[in-house]
Amino acid sequence: MHIPDGFLNIATVATTYAVSAGGVGNAVRIANKKLGERQVPLMGILAAFIFAAQMLNFPVAGGTSGHLIGAALAAILLGPWASVLIMSCVLLAQCLIFQDGGLLALGANIFNMGIVASFSGYYLYRLVTSLLGNSRRGKLIGSFIGAWGSVFLASIVCAIELAVSGASPIGVALPAMAGIHALIGIGEGLITSAVLSLVLVTRADLLKLQRI
Amino acid sequence: MKIKWWLIALLVCLAVASFSPLASSSPDGLERVAEDKGFIDLGQEAPFQVIADYVFPGIENEAVATILAGLIGTLILFAVAYTLARLLVLRKKKPI
Repeated sequence: MHIPDGFLNIATVATTYAVSAGGVGNAVRIANKKLGERQVPLMGILAAFIFAAQMLNFPVAGGTSGHLIGAALAAILLGPWASVLIMSCVLLAQCLIFQDGGLLALGANIFNMGIVASFSGYYLYRLVTSLLGNSRRGKLIGSFIGAWGSVFLASIVCAIELAVSGASPIGVALPAMAGIHALIGIGEGLITSAVLSLVLVTRADLLKLQRI
Repeated sequence: MKIKWWLIALLVCLAVASFSPLASSSPDGLERVAEDKGFIDLGQEAPFQVIADYVFPGIENEAVATILAGLIGTLILFAVAYTLARLLVLRKKKPI
């Protein structure tokens, strides 16, 4: 879902840069207050894993592929503000080094895949685990739903940005983006709950860290 | 000596990156929509290229070039996020 340059108009570029700059600034402030020694290696590992996993496009329907966003996974393990920082690192590197996602579109990409996906994934996960109980089963179902919802919502926000920019009318962009990402989100959900299940088996203590 | 857990995790991440040549080359969700709805041509090339499209430049074998790009990126991301987190923790303890 990395938006290249050219899809967004100047007003959308400026707005999303301003909002994302504010969001990342806030994430730095909060992480500076709450981040502890034990979270440091996990921050590095999550950024590395999300970058690597994002390279593995999996096929979905009709000659289309999708890949992990990873924001829900990071937010479930470390909290949404830490996830915003991790996603910003990944998206900045992808933009500057790998020419994936435009320079002007970076603000929108951080907003969609960093801020929107982290917070929606995190709070959907929290909602489900509070309804189903914070058991292994609750966590795995919660991570699937949180991850699916994070992709779905990010794609809707992306469609709105495309529509506001005049790239594609909302009536066209919204159903198309939401439809295909409802499928891609299933992959996100499966990967996120599989990784969470691996963490629960190997390092369950990581889930007891304070969320940021 | 007990091996640090994150060293093993980093090796797993590098292993994941080395599967990258097997990734689907079909357009992703947004590209598919852009093609189908006729706005893909609005897209502009980046003004500069470093390791564009996850293919390390100057290597003939594309699978090797992709794996190399993936390994480099994975290590860079680990280093950047680890350092950022470390600085955020350090600065808290010694306010400037």
